[in-house]
Amino acid sequence: MRRRGPLALAFIAGVAMIIQFFSPHPALRTVYNEALNWYRIISAFTFMLGLISLMRSHITKVTHKRAGWGYSIVTIVSFIVMTILGFAYGTGAGTPFDKMYEYVYAPLGATVFSLLAFYLASASFRAFRARNIDATILLVVAIIIMLGRVPVGSLIRWGRFSLPGLAEWIMAYPNMAAQRGLLIGIALGAICMWLKIILGIERSYLGRGE
Amino acid sequence: MLITILLLVVSQAGGQDTLTSFAPPTNIIAKDAPWDAGNKVLITWHPSVDKDSLAYYEIWRATPPFTQYERIGVVGSTDSLYEDRAILEDTVVIHEVTPGKQYMYKLRGVTPDGRFTIFSEPSNIAIPRIQAFNIYRLNVLIAFVLFTALFLYSIEKSKRGFKFFIRRIPGLDALDEAVGRATEMGKPVLYSPGLNGIDSISTIASMCILGEVARKVARYESRLIVPNIDPIVMTVAQEVVKEAYLSEGKPHLYREDDVFFLAAQQFPYAAGVSGIMVRERPATNLFIGYFYAESLILAEAGNMSGAIQVAATDAIMQLPFFIAACDYTIIGEELYAASAYLSGRPDLVATIKTEDWFKMILLILTYLSSIIVLLTKNNLLLTIFKVTGGS
Repeated sequence: MRRRGPLALAFIAGVAMIIQFFSPHPALRTVYNEALNWYRIISAFTFMLGLISLMRSHITKVTHKRAGWGYSIVTIVSFIVMTILGFAYGTGAGTPFDKMYEYVYAPLGATVFSLLAFYLASASFRAFRARNIDATILLVVAIIIMLGRVPVGSLIRWGRFSLPGLAEWIMAYPNMAAQRGLLIGIALGAICMWLKIILGIERSYLGRGE
Repeated sequence: MLITILLLVVSQAGGQDTLTSFAPPTNIIAKDAPWDAGNKVLITWHPSVDKDSLAYYEIWRATPPFTQYERIGVVGSTDSLYEDRAILEDTVVIHEVTPGKQYMYKLRGVTPDGRFTIFSEPSNIAIPRIQAFNIYRLNVLIAFVLFTALFLYSIEKSKRGFKFFIRRIPGLDALDEAVGRATEMGKPVLYSPGLNGIDSISTIASMCILGEVARKVARYESRLIVPNIDPIVMTVAQEVVKEAYLSEGKPHLYREDDVFFLAAQQFPYAAGVSGIMVRERPATNLFIGYFYAESLILAEAGNMSGAIQVAATDAIMQLPFFIAACDYTIIGEELYAASAYLSGRPDLVATIKTEDWFKMILLILTYLSSIIVLLTKNNLLLTIFKVTGGS
């Protein structure tokens, strides 16, 4: 029953979702919306599990003085401070909670995001090294696209042909063709995966595969 | 829609109607929109003969006993179709079209200076009906039935003992090597299941792969770290890893603290995983699931730590970053084939073949339709037929 129950549920829910996709009947639309509501409610409850897991892992790190335990103290203190501020003053605009979010959390997030620029440079350096024919093609195409997308690129012309035009052609045809090929494969893979799950052929997501 | 509401409000406020001698639209026909939830009526008409002198038409609607009409919208003076549909805003119905209810419509024209024509003759009575099937999705249904039939056929064939061939996927073959390397170095394996929730099919695929990876890790008695961004995914991942250790007969090696909730947001998660890479120095990093802009942050941080990295994602925009920063990248549909490939179960392997057969069908259809479009677009087909007919 421990195994069959979830499998039966997956089958019933999966079939119900197929039927509602093909039928415009309002009753089925209601079933679909209710299912989404249930998912949201379950998500809200599981956040408590996430919170317990987060606190437990950081408290364990601090008590066992594991590598980087100082950062765990920062996490625990931040959590307590934000919780107190949220409950004491609310979370609306202009509250201490909102200010902490806007002036501490948001800049920290932006800082991590900005690291992308540097990582992009280092990754590009490795990817564009012309070690073989594939990498050389990648390098040449990347140069065309990059130059074609910056203002100076529009100055490079050969008669009727321009670099931005060439870059646009590469993006619209060879690149788009490859992307569509990938997308078709992904869609078929997703459908196949979904069929395996609702028919109970793929069970490893439940734990043991057998 | 805002314009419609605005005009509706203005009309409710009232005002003296000034008539013009221009003709109203004629032949107003109302009919239930087909294949829908019974919440739409289609109204068609012949535009006014004076349409060039008019700015727009007002659509008015009445319900039984059809004595009072209310204005429900406006359309351009050259238009000849209006869809009267139920409108919801934040689950509040602001305009209703009820299945089974009778509706009648009439129109009048409005000149640019705000004068009105007389009303048209009222339309017939239209009754919106609920349909059980959306015929516009028939093509999807046919494709779905065909795919399911191929799917079941391939499984049946594998049950009869037929062995399907699937090509090697180097990224998946490398998993053994990657886990083995971590064991030899006495360092953990890091597994990130991506940023999507459990409602995402790529996350479910990731959970299936996690089970196989956890088995290998348990077999080698190594350590597996799984930081999560979604609490539901965390709960599923804990169960999957625990069961994998149990199935390998090593439940005592499972550490619940190693499958944990790290952060609920994208960049805190990326920073947290990068921190783990720097502090714990995992020998192997596996990024398997759906990723967004943090993909390169994770992959580059892992690359700098010297770990062997395998990524698998169906996020097309992130593939170049993983290819640049990881040792192996499992691309697109290979993510969904991975658990079948790793488990080696014949029925699961057979399902991968279904995708190949269906791709072949799509390929043939694409070629055929392209040829037909090319021939008809330039009238080549017509020319050929004419030549054949004339000769």
